[in-house]
Amino acid sequence: MSTGARLVWKRPSVIPGFGLTFGFALTYLGLIVLVPLVGLVLRNTTMGWHQFWVLALDPRTIAALRVSFGSALIAAAINAVFGVVLAWVLVRYRFAGRRVVDAMIDLPFALPTAVAGIALSALYAPRGWVGHLLAPLGIKVAYTPAGIVVALIFIGLPFVVRTVEPVLAELDRDVEEASATLGARRWQTIIQVVLPPLIPAILTGFALALARGIGEYGSVIFVAGNIPFVSEIAPLLIVIRLEEFNYDGATALASIMLAISFGMLLTINLIQSWSRRRFGHAI
Amino acid sequence: MPSELHSSKPPPPATGESAALRVTLIVVALAFFACFLLLPLILVFVEALRAGLSRYVAAIANPDSRAAISLTLLVAAIVVPANTVFGIAAAWAIAKFDFKGKSFLITLIDLPFSVSPVIAGLVYVLLFGARGYFGPWLDAHNIQIIFALPGIVLATTFVTFPFVARELIPLMQEQGSGDEEAALSLGASGFKTFVLVTLPNIKWALLYGVLLCNARAMGEFGAVAVVSGRIRGLTSTMPLHVEILYNEYAYTAAFAMASLLALLALLTLAIKTTLEWRYGDQIAATNGH
Repeated sequence: MSTGARLVWKRPSVIPGFGLTFGFALTYLGLIVLVPLVGLVLRNTTMGWHQFWVLALDPRTIAALRVSFGSALIAAAINAVFGVVLAWVLVRYRFAGRRVVDAMIDLPFALPTAVAGIALSALYAPRGWVGHLLAPLGIKVAYTPAGIVVALIFIGLPFVVRTVEPVLAELDRDVEEASATLGARRWQTIIQVVLPPLIPAILTGFALALARGIGEYGSVIFVAGNIPFVSEIAPLLIVIRLEEFNYDGATALASIMLAISFGMLLTINLIQSWSRRRFGHAI
Repeated sequence: MPSELHSSKPPPPATGESAALRVTLIVVALAFFACFLLLPLILVFVEALRAGLSRYVAAIANPDSRAAISLTLLVAAIVVPANTVFGIAAAWAIAKFDFKGKSFLITLIDLPFSVSPVIAGLVYVLLFGARGYFGPWLDAHNIQIIFALPGIVLATTFVTFPFVARELIPLMQEQGSGDEEAALSLGASGFKTFVLVTLPNIKWALLYGVLLCNARAMGEFGAVAVVSGRIRGLTSTMPLHVEILYNEYAYTAAFAMASLLALLALLTLAIKTTLEWRYGDQIAATNGH
């Protein structure tokens, strides 16, 4: 490539090492991430459209996708409510142990999913610490679809808290005072003044939790019961298809999930750019 | 009530909630926190130690458990440095230079975060598995990737790929390249500039990224489960060994192994929080995944 052509896409700089670092980063990215993902997509074309649709419309596949998506949606909605309450309490109030609680919100990022899975399963089993309180009420959590939701609440909580917290901390308290001076009741101030600027953050946290929940595997399989058509999640069905050496089945389902992931990624970016336009900042 | 009208008690502040509401919100938040985060963590340690300390030690000293621990340490020892070198290189190229397609490159680097871990394992099975693209060739040359160490390393690298890069990129973009330009104009070599100027500027963010990368590398389950074949004592990492023991109803042993991973998580959180409190301004304001 001539230097003239290079200048078009890269501004000249006195800093050395562009070729080395850029070349290495791109090669590594290509080998580890891009080539394998392209391989997955290409596998669909070798099996052909017809075969893909047969596999994609398989009732068990659709049921698994519905379980994954539905549970992730419920868990993200619950997190959107309680995550905001947690963020509010952590930012606005002072109480003993606040900093420890705040630090531990990130536990799901650090705790291996398998550990979370067996712990939640033991906790919400009919004889577990929480499960035995729910059992007399006729509520079964572990080994039912509700167990999936519990695991996904665990996985998704930090996404909501950590996106809402900084926005809440930077809110200008003067506006709330102005609202109060103008005669608004406290609940009116919260709903009409405090909440609107938080909405992009809440939506982003919700979408991040949802995206993570749809693909989650480790924590869910221990607590779900894994009954086909009832509590079998899509990632588990991929594993089952692989164990049956049904590579095409696994590929078709994985491709659908990949498409959903990209859709979620796009949605999150749209929320961000909407927030930038509407409130002058991204989250 | 008339008595309230004449009381000397100050009215609630205009921008605060009543004490009752405050307490209610705190109780609700903490109850939710306890049910979903705190109790599972405590339960791991209680279950692990339920049968006594000697059983706990025996469960961990078991040869299969020790093999799982060594394998996990080995995988992390390969994956974390590799992703660290990548993270530094990518951040250098992206933050210090202007080129077209930069934001697209950043999106690609973040990609593994939005892919299900199971798919991260699957893509390598499709490439290197017995019925994958390179399966027959690898078989003819007696090279095993799937159900062996290379597969576990690849899958772990995939899922921990963005951690270091995404901590460094925003920070280094914010810092600009003025310091480096000064050092270079004074005659320092490129490498010397990186070691003596750039590295001190990014050390805490680098440590932060490495820490998160390591925690995920040691704890990864889904991606590794797909490629490892879960062979006891051979290709079973610590999280996979937890699953094996749990499925064999060896609860104490499963929770003993899980407690080691939980300790690692707590240690990670402790260091991470310390870094945030002390050097928050030197770590970019991106909260991790």
